[in-house]
Amino acid sequence: MSIAISIPHIFGTDFTQRVPWTVHIPFVVDRKFPRLEDTHLTTRNLNIRIGDTHILKDVNVEIPQNKITCIIGPSGCGKTTLLRTFNRLVDSIEGVKIDGQVNLGKQDIVAANAGQMSELRRNIGLVPQRPCPLPMSIYDNIAYGCRIHGVRGKRKLDLVVQHYLEAVGLWNEVKDRLHSPANKLSGGQQQRLCLARSLAVEPSYLLADESTSALDPISSKTVEDLFVKLKRDYSIVMVTHTLRQAQRIADYVIFMYLGEVIEQGDAKEVFSNPKHELTKTYLNGGIS
Amino acid sequence: MKKNNRLLKDRIAEQLMAIMTISSLLLVVAMAVGLYLKSVPILQEHSLWDLLTEGEWRPMADKFGFFPFLMGTLYVSLLALGIAIPISLLMAIYLTEYAHSVVKRYVFPFLDILAGLPSVIYGVWGMLVIVPWVSDVVAPSLRHDSSGYTVLATGVVLGVTVIPLLVSLFIEIFSNVGREIREAAWSLGATRWQTTKDVILRQTAPGVIAAVVLAASRTLGETIAVIMVCGNLAIVPSSLLDACYPIPALIANNYGEMLSLPLYESALMFAAFILFFVVLGFNLFSRLVLRKMENK
Repeated sequence: MSIAISIPHIFGTDFTQRVPWTVHIPFVVDRKFPRLEDTHLTTRNLNIRIGDTHILKDVNVEIPQNKITCIIGPSGCGKTTLLRTFNRLVDSIEGVKIDGQVNLGKQDIVAANAGQMSELRRNIGLVPQRPCPLPMSIYDNIAYGCRIHGVRGKRKLDLVVQHYLEAVGLWNEVKDRLHSPANKLSGGQQQRLCLARSLAVEPSYLLADESTSALDPISSKTVEDLFVKLKRDYSIVMVTHTLRQAQRIADYVIFMYLGEVIEQGDAKEVFSNPKHELTKTYLNGGIS
Repeated sequence: MKKNNRLLKDRIAEQLMAIMTISSLLLVVAMAVGLYLKSVPILQEHSLWDLLTEGEWRPMADKFGFFPFLMGTLYVSLLALGIAIPISLLMAIYLTEYAHSVVKRYVFPFLDILAGLPSVIYGVWGMLVIVPWVSDVVAPSLRHDSSGYTVLATGVVLGVTVIPLLVSLFIEIFSNVGREIREAAWSLGATRWQTTKDVILRQTAPGVIAAVVLAASRTLGETIAVIMVCGNLAIVPSSLLDACYPIPALIANNYGEMLSLPLYESALMFAAFILFFVVLGFNLFSRLVLRKMENK
């Protein structure tokens, strides 16, 4: 594992405008959590029903490693449900029924018990749609994840906090007020904080549910750039409503329509040469 | 023409509602002033300090010590809140964070019914169940002799009386926490209990405090259920198994009797004034605490 650390860039200190330059160096913070050997995330014949509604129909996907995978499709096609199946957040919906398999390596996500689920969610982080810092200080937001998994010791946590705040280019903006409440930060800063919070528990995957949609264009760009940098160390699955965002950053694309995966493949291939009629129509703005 | 009419109605409605709001607020002020004026006679005879700290209550002998009543109110309210707060918090956490919606569907209406029961029913239940339990089970097991009409019985009854109120307030407060913030904690791998403890309770702390203050005001002022189980003895309770005599019980028991003694009436009005002042002061204090917390 290696990390990206920031060095102060040359155009002054307006970090909202640009992501600091990053260089790649070996991981300086000791790993706190065991690393999964097999991190393949796949679904096999995944069917999800909520009450009588068939939300996902026979979904078979394989998420490529260290790439940005964009799930695209019109509203209500089930892309968010698919994303939330990967970390079992679908469970919180009343009356949900999951059939089929979702595997992270050898582990069956659908069959995970409470203990496995905690570990699973640590391995598959979520960057929320709207920034939502936990009701605590900036420092505690980052340290919280480590604490709940039993990592103790101030010096250890100090390192973790600094490390991940640097990774998202937030360190220089907040280093003087680490112990002030996180909700005093701006929206874009909050979203980067949420990203750092997810990274701090050393996941293999990052799920992003339209994570830039609630941000202003500049913050949105900053977060987008971060995702591109992070794919070196993480596999990223992203739901997006904006086709242009997908075209900018996706390496792999899954197009869904009415609960079915219509087409998936290499981003360039799908965007330049879609095989399915529906994909063509969607890409041309015929379905929204 | 029609348009002007519409605007006029709007103006009238606004003014009317403003007048009603202000007059109901003035009513509170008028009550405070009225209580104060009525208690002036006794304040002229005895100093405020003596009234609040003297322990002897013999109106016929011109002894007006409110200390036993103050302590009775305090002990009973503290005990009631000590019982009600943990139980209600755990119930509300269970119902919002853990329980299946089927459970909620049956429990919520039940809670509403409980919250709406007149307190005299809780009083009767206290007399029939709690008082005998205290005198036959609790007191003997502590080698103590007790009639059962005690601080303990009153605290339990009062606690049970405010539990439905507290639970429904807490449920309201916890349900208002956004789903996203729960999911943020879950997706770090937090268990539901960790999420509740570290995120939900922290986020809702001001609301929880406000709810507790509301419940505390209720326990301070609850009258009928208290009269039925408190023992009505003007002593400073020294243990849970002593009788007590909270202020509301004092007023309700004695007002209307023996008012030939003008100072006696004034003393009861003074008691009401204390109660008014305590509840008001308590609420204002909690407001201050809340504002401090929110600014932090």
